[in-house]
Amino acid sequence: MELFVEGILKAWNLIVSLDAEVYAVTLLSLKISCSATLVSLFIGIPAGVFLALSDFPGRRFVISLVNTGMGLPPVVVGLFVTLFLWRNGPLGFLEILYTPTAMILAQAVIATPIVTGITVASIQNLPANLKLQVQALGATRLQTVWILVREARLPLLAAVMAGFGGVISEVGASIMVGGNIKGQTRVLTTATVMETGKGNFDVAIALSLILMVLAFSVNYLLTVIQQRERPR
Amino acid sequence: MSNSKTLLEIRNLLVSRGGSRVLEIPSFVLHANETVALIGPNGTGKSSFLLALAGLLPLESGEIFFRQQSIVPGFSSTEYRRKLAMVFQEPLLFDTTVFDNVALGLRLRHMGSREIHERVHACLERFRIAHLADRSARKLSGGEAQRTSLARAFATRPEIILLDEPFVALDPPARQALSDDLEFVLRESGVTAILTTHDQMDALRLAGRMVVMQQGKIVQSGSPSAVLNQPVNEFVATFVGMENIFTGTVTESTNGLFSVSVAGQTIEIMGGGAPHESVVICIRPENIVISLVNPEVKTSSRNIFTGTITKVVQLGLFNKVYLDCGLSLVATITNQSLEKLVLQAGDQVVASFKATAVHVLRQG
Repeated sequence: MELFVEGILKAWNLIVSLDAEVYAVTLLSLKISCSATLVSLFIGIPAGVFLALSDFPGRRFVISLVNTGMGLPPVVVGLFVTLFLWRNGPLGFLEILYTPTAMILAQAVIATPIVTGITVASIQNLPANLKLQVQALGATRLQTVWILVREARLPLLAAVMAGFGGVISEVGASIMVGGNIKGQTRVLTTATVMETGKGNFDVAIALSLILMVLAFSVNYLLTVIQQRERPR
Repeated sequence: MSNSKTLLEIRNLLVSRGGSRVLEIPSFVLHANETVALIGPNGTGKSSFLLALAGLLPLESGEIFFRQQSIVPGFSSTEYRRKLAMVFQEPLLFDTTVFDNVALGLRLRHMGSREIHERVHACLERFRIAHLADRSARKLSGGEAQRTSLARAFATRPEIILLDEPFVALDPPARQALSDDLEFVLRESGVTAILTTHDQMDALRLAGRMVVMQQGKIVQSGSPSAVLNQPVNEFVATFVGMENIFTGTVTESTNGLFSVSVAGQTIEIMGGGAPHESVVICIRPENIVISLVNPEVKTSSRNIFTGTITKVVQLGLFNKVYLDCGLSLVATITNQSLEKLVLQAGDQVVASFKATAVHVLRQG
């Protein structure tokens, strides 16, 4: 108990004293996870819309693959991304293993199925005849997609939240493809693992607090947007 | 078949949805400026028919011609779809204001904002929802929402408007009010329209032609009075409210009258028939006259039966009297008549109807 209280106090000091290393780690975490979420939105939303609106053989199979991917274990992603980026791997020539770019790639692989899956569900949750109504109003294919995505914007915000939440808190893939290199690829989660291992509980607690505050702030912001739109 | 007034024509249409055949229509022609009521029970393909006409369903085979031009359903037919508008059973409004909902079709057509503003407001006025322009479409009553949906459809000034049971989800007062307003807008705009309904009153009031559908097929098409009074088969007769339907055999035929034996009774009917021919006859309940037993009353009715009232059902504006005259007849009478004659179950009465009031269906 004493350890815990002491840890919290020291953590508080680290945070308010603007400890340079803690802040660098926090910023990098945000940068990597935001980029990864952005990449996953660019891929996941169009893919989800396509899966929800199109009709091709094997569509259900693909959707169940995506849904399984929503629970992809980060360590498995880390392993495969590492294998691909390894010196002799298919993408080894890029020489990005143990860089933030590799971490963005791994986190995007984790977040994309989440964003895709929620997008499919959001679009499919619209009234069955809405697509026909949009077409009946004279919409082209692009206009139809745009209007349906706009109609699903509130549940789609949940996709953003879930995607970001999934990658900011993920540690397995980041440590494997990033390597937790100080000043280069050390992020909040990997640093927490390391500090806990070293017995520096105060630093670990400080990092965890920041992590939770970050996750909360981003989700709070998105929730405010989502609820403001919702009629009371 | 097609002429200058033909707006839409269908040839050999087959449509399947979810693996089962929903439409089988060898031919159908829609003329400019007519209002057609598509009637039939639920699940009979009325909505699918409208969707197919709107170019929203893939066709298994057959063709749709708009002004003699063949239409390919789907996104390639945007130009055609922009000449039509469709209103669904549910309002299907977008999560934005009433104004933006009504403006959507015009924005899709890249119309200038000033013109959009004028057209939308004119449409909102016509459907009496101008005061709701800035309201969120999520906060409307059922009637207001369906008015918004109708305004959205009319705002694009379509050449053909397809209305799929636009009142079905509304409560009776809202329904009546909207039906009145829609009747006015349809007449004023003169737009070619097809509406599906299972309410004969709506069909009678709004439409110049009635088309009856049964299991994906058109079974009868004609003026409302033709469909109501000369149904082509038992299905149509039952559906349009012919309650006295009997199967009988022709016994004799003389001088423009023929007799049909039904359950031991003889009914005289105008027209001709071959002896021993089996026929189905229908009499609309409102064409049967009920009177008290009185030998002095003379009537021109050829068919007079004495019988016993089995029950009287009050239906608000009128009443249904069920009789046993050897055959079971149903007659409708007004509240005033019911009061004057003091009718109740068990009473002896006379039921009469003219030989011209009997409609004959011939099988095959």
